[in-house]
Amino acid sequence: MNLAEGVQIVSFGILAVMMLVTSLGVVLLSNIVHSAFLLAGVFLSISGLYILLNADFVAAAQILIYVGAVNVLILFAIMLVNKREDFSELPNRWLRQGATAVVCIGLFALLGTMVLVTPWSLDTTSPAVVENTVIALGEHFFSDYLLPFELASVLLLMAMVGAIILARRDLIPDTIESQETVSTSLTLPERPRELASAVNSSEEN
Amino acid sequence: MNSGIDLQGSFIETLTELGLPPGLAKTIWLPLPMLLMIIGATVGVLVVVWLERKISAAAQQRIGPEYAGPLGVLQPVADGIKLVFKEDVIPAKADPWLFTIGPALVVVPVFLSYLIIPFGQNLNVTDLNVGIFLWVALASIAPIGLLMSGYASNNKYSLMGGLRATAQSISYEIPLALSVLAIVMMSNSLSTIDIVEQQSGYGILGWNIWRQPVGFIVFWISALAECERLPFDLPEAEEELVAGYQTEYAGMKFALFYLGSYINLVLSALVFAVLYLGGWEFLVPLDHMANWLGVSETTPWLQVITGSLGILMTLIKAYFLVFIAILLRWTVPRVRIDQLLNLGWKFLLPVSLANLLITAALKLSFPVAFGG
Repeated sequence: MNLAEGVQIVSFGILAVMMLVTSLGVVLLSNIVHSAFLLAGVFLSISGLYILLNADFVAAAQILIYVGAVNVLILFAIMLVNKREDFSELPNRWLRQGATAVVCIGLFALLGTMVLVTPWSLDTTSPAVVENTVIALGEHFFSDYLLPFELASVLLLMAMVGAIILARRDLIPDTIESQETVSTSLTLPERPRELASAVNSSEEN
Repeated sequence: MNSGIDLQGSFIETLTELGLPPGLAKTIWLPLPMLLMIIGATVGVLVVVWLERKISAAAQQRIGPEYAGPLGVLQPVADGIKLVFKEDVIPAKADPWLFTIGPALVVVPVFLSYLIIPFGQNLNVTDLNVGIFLWVALASIAPIGLLMSGYASNNKYSLMGGLRATAQSISYEIPLALSVLAIVMMSNSLSTIDIVEQQSGYGILGWNIWRQPVGFIVFWISALAECERLPFDLPEAEEELVAGYQTEYAGMKFALFYLGSYINLVLSALVFAVLYLGGWEFLVPLDHMANWLGVSETTPWLQVITGSLGILMTLIKAYFLVFIAILLRWTVPRVRIDQLLNLGWKFLLPVSLANLLITAALKLSFPVAFGG
């Protein structure tokens, strides 16, 4: 249908421009908070591209995980750890910049050859339209992609256990202090006090 | 199964009969439900603001608004007009771009979520495969807007409010998503239409609220926390933070926050009605009644009656929940931030996980009652 194709082309153009501009902004802007907010724009336009590719579940998951969790955590980290440090010239700065440039050009060349080599034309007989993407994804997860799926869950579990251990270690001196000062130890309300002090100290800097 | 009224089909048919090409007719139809939904959501907010003022007045033995219109029903309109004509102030040391984008980023996702709210078999903007998951995903964008406006205001109360709002909505999103997941598991679909369909057939006895007694409480607490309603309105606690992330805002930008929070409340009530209270279903199964009375399901007047009764039922259920939320706001004291986070992580999260596992077990052992 004509209308649908037109809408697709126009929205692809808008999304592509948005993605390029925001990702350039993430790299080039000097204000790190602006970069972090623009990163949300990059993720949103990627999720728009997923919708154009009929991957509705992946698009929603992209928003939920990358915009709602990853980007918010990045912003949180930036805003809680606001250490002001004077900018000083590093002695061999050109070496680092050169190495970064080589890596970036290499990645770009790799991706470029991949784009040129891959046959992009879709097979007309392929089952292009999946009725329910969630069911299709689930079937793949528990058949041919079982190993990557399980590995990813083990990796996430390890990360979660590590995060809990890191978070608990900070709590121990706090609770010991409170037990010395207050005889009836209320261990539960200790965590926010520490959180609040972290916010205060970052604002005083 | 009787599909009810098909407004889109008949609208396009009428236009093509008038001599328009079908493509053009469809293009004319496309914006109509969206516009109707946006207008409906905004009018819904006006009603909620009036209800909030009247119910809070009744809770405190006052009269509330009474001069603007009969019973003060025009008071929210007057509020809105006042906010439109106020000066738009941007503080001198604020970040002007982020300060402006922030409120929009809070409101737009909430309006977008109205896409998935069904008022009848065909009375919705669109029936998406990912339905309710889209609502959960879109709700996670709002914290970025709050953080953005809190940071851009260049005010410590605003920043604290923004950080609190984000921490709160991240913590409560997990129990919310888990309790939604239990419903999704019972209905075998993420689509809101299918979720209501699965509850239909037995009237009030078929509603999910009987099958998810723990899930609905977890959902309601988390939804109230996501909306930042009073037992959980830490981000804008007046006694501690002036007004949180809204402190520096005036005029229309403040109005966007105000609008956003009330739209979010109505949206959560509507989603609750869809998930747990059978959506547009009446207290008794209407199509069975029609069969007993010997009226065919496809009779036009019956379809009109069931369609309008569906819209009415959805709104009645949603506004009953809004009433409960307002009553809670004016009768329950505010929790502390540590109590809030402890409740979210140490109580609601394990409870909703256990609820999910028990639902899965019940689904395997009693597939008849729990949608096998």
